[in-house]
Amino acid sequence: MTETILEVTNLKKYFNHKHVVKAVDGVSFTLKKGETLGIVGESGCGKSTTGRMLMRLIDATEGSIVFQGKNLVDLSIKQMRAMRKDVQMIFQDPYASLNPRHTIERIIEEPMIVHKMGNKIERKERVRELLEIVGLSSDYAKRYPHQFSGGQRQRIGIARALAVRPKLIIADEPVSALDVSVQAQVLNLLDDLQKKFELTYLFIAHDLSVVRHISNRVAVMYLGRIVELANRDDLYDHPKHPYTKALLSSVPIPAPDFEKEETELKGDIPSPSNPPTGCPFHTRCPLVMEKCKTKVPQARQNSNGHYVVCHLYNDKEDMAI
Amino acid sequence: MNSHLLHVKELQTQFITDEGTVPAVDDVSFYVNPGEVLGIVGESGCGKSVTSLSVMGLVPSPPGKITGGEILFDGKDLTEASEKQMQKIRGNEIAMIFQEPMTSLNPVIKIGDQLIEGVRIHTDKSRKQAKEQAMDMLQKVGLSRVDELMSQYPHQLSGGMRQRVMIAMAFICEPKVLIADEPTTALDVTIQKQILNLMKQLNSEMHTAIILITHDLGVVAEMCDRVVVMYAGKIVEEATVKEIFNDPKHPYTKGLIQSVPDLRQRKDKLYSIPGNVPKPGQIKSGCVFAPRCAYAFETCGQEMPKLCSTEGSQQVRCWLYHEK
Repeated sequence: MTETILEVTNLKKYFNHKHVVKAVDGVSFTLKKGETLGIVGESGCGKSTTGRMLMRLIDATEGSIVFQGKNLVDLSIKQMRAMRKDVQMIFQDPYASLNPRHTIERIIEEPMIVHKMGNKIERKERVRELLEIVGLSSDYAKRYPHQFSGGQRQRIGIARALAVRPKLIIADEPVSALDVSVQAQVLNLLDDLQKKFELTYLFIAHDLSVVRHISNRVAVMYLGRIVELANRDDLYDHPKHPYTKALLSSVPIPAPDFEKEETELKGDIPSPSNPPTGCPFHTRCPLVMEKCKTKVPQARQNSNGHYVVCHLYNDKEDMAI
Repeated sequence: MNSHLLHVKELQTQFITDEGTVPAVDDVSFYVNPGEVLGIVGESGCGKSVTSLSVMGLVPSPPGKITGGEILFDGKDLTEASEKQMQKIRGNEIAMIFQEPMTSLNPVIKIGDQLIEGVRIHTDKSRKQAKEQAMDMLQKVGLSRVDELMSQYPHQLSGGMRQRVMIAMAFICEPKVLIADEPTTALDVTIQKQILNLMKQLNSEMHTAIILITHDLGVVAEMCDRVVVMYAGKIVEEATVKEIFNDPKHPYTKGLIQSVPDLRQRKDKLYSIPGNVPKPGQIKSGCVFAPRCAYAFETCGQEMPKLCSTEGSQQVRCWLYHEK
């Protein structure tokens, strides 16, 4: 039995500047305990905003975020702070997310102080244990962030997130600032930790290969909406949405003999402050039809839980093609 | 032996810092011929960008300095060229594009004027002729509404459009060599695809040699004819693109290729190279890769191996291949 740990329904974030910017426009998904849901998309698609709303780092305009039976949107600041013991975040930039004037020990200990966990001696002991867990020597506790490389700093960020024994970790581009050889180490570490501590991950990234490696299910976002969501291999081996197909075929493959289908998407990603009418992807879609320009497509889901929002599948009851 | 269009020989570029002299580029040799695409791959701090700045004569000095080697372009040694001679070559015969198009375009000058300036510096064309050429070039790189574009400022364009403008600017004087330093790293994957296709197209139409500097092995496989792999300021392997991916020799090259997650198929566990990427000059003796190498033996810790030929054109700097 796998219980649902997080259920996000019709989540929206509108920013009011000169125009209304619909950064996230009706996103729904669930997360089961122990799984990894990957969210991929290009810049401005709303993937990071979605992650930040789950942490209540920014407040949602509309929608609900039910985590372990509680709607996070309704919690007071104080209640939300307590909730962050169970939901932690790992950030992209290992340079910006660690206080340069604090020792590693203090950085990792801080969440435990906030959540009143253990006494001083127990916390220091836990910091050492955490450093070993993430593959760093416990002798490093008294050092400062600048004494570490990017990969090591990301390990420190992971140790800090683990300090309060969270259930859900939201990782926003956790490996995109790292070199390839170090990226692999951190991905393997995240994998090991998930098994060891039964963690649930929401893994936000733009790198489709990384997301395939780490995720059980994957959601593809475009201009604030999820356009396709499916099990990992279904999505990568049998993509349905024309955007997903184009995205996958755009990734350069490190194998010179590999022959792939060549589709080049024309044009730029439209601005979220002035999104196209109808299907948001219609301005770049190679299979665009007349109705795509005016009518928003409905979501369809098949028996495998493969979810797609595209007019190509709107008339079919079961979208097996 | 035929002479190459651009031939870098035993290049040494050093930086003087508070912690001593850092050999950012150490004994780097490579060449590129007309119409060829050469990839220089490596991780941060491996010296790939400093190599390209050295070729362009753009190493900030002080603290940087080319301390040895030759950069032969059309038979001339660029390391001995005066600043005035370099100005004639830069942009005209060897052009360069960078990772972040926003920082390499002047934010307060209109796109059109920036392009026209380039043409007029290097040719004796009138402003009108230069303008026509600029508009042609913008069209050639796939931009539409060229008229309007000429009088717009860089901030009014998207990242992909800015990179197209940069490419237009680089190609406008029909250079013989284009150095592209991480040209698509800041771009989204669908836009990256467009830019790579455009570079390929211009490469075949104009026969411009391209030196493509990147950390992305996918981009290398898609674009390059030959590849140079750099690590800690040194070339560790050089081969054709097929040899590099199908039969990598150096343990670092092998490890790097295996570390990349595969889009086509999920691997159970990713191979990962232990340890961290060293800072330039951090490793004082022996092979620079030895501390992270699974095959390292005694000699590796003591002496730096030389770049040796193996089969075909493949060259590798590793003691495992030294006797062969």
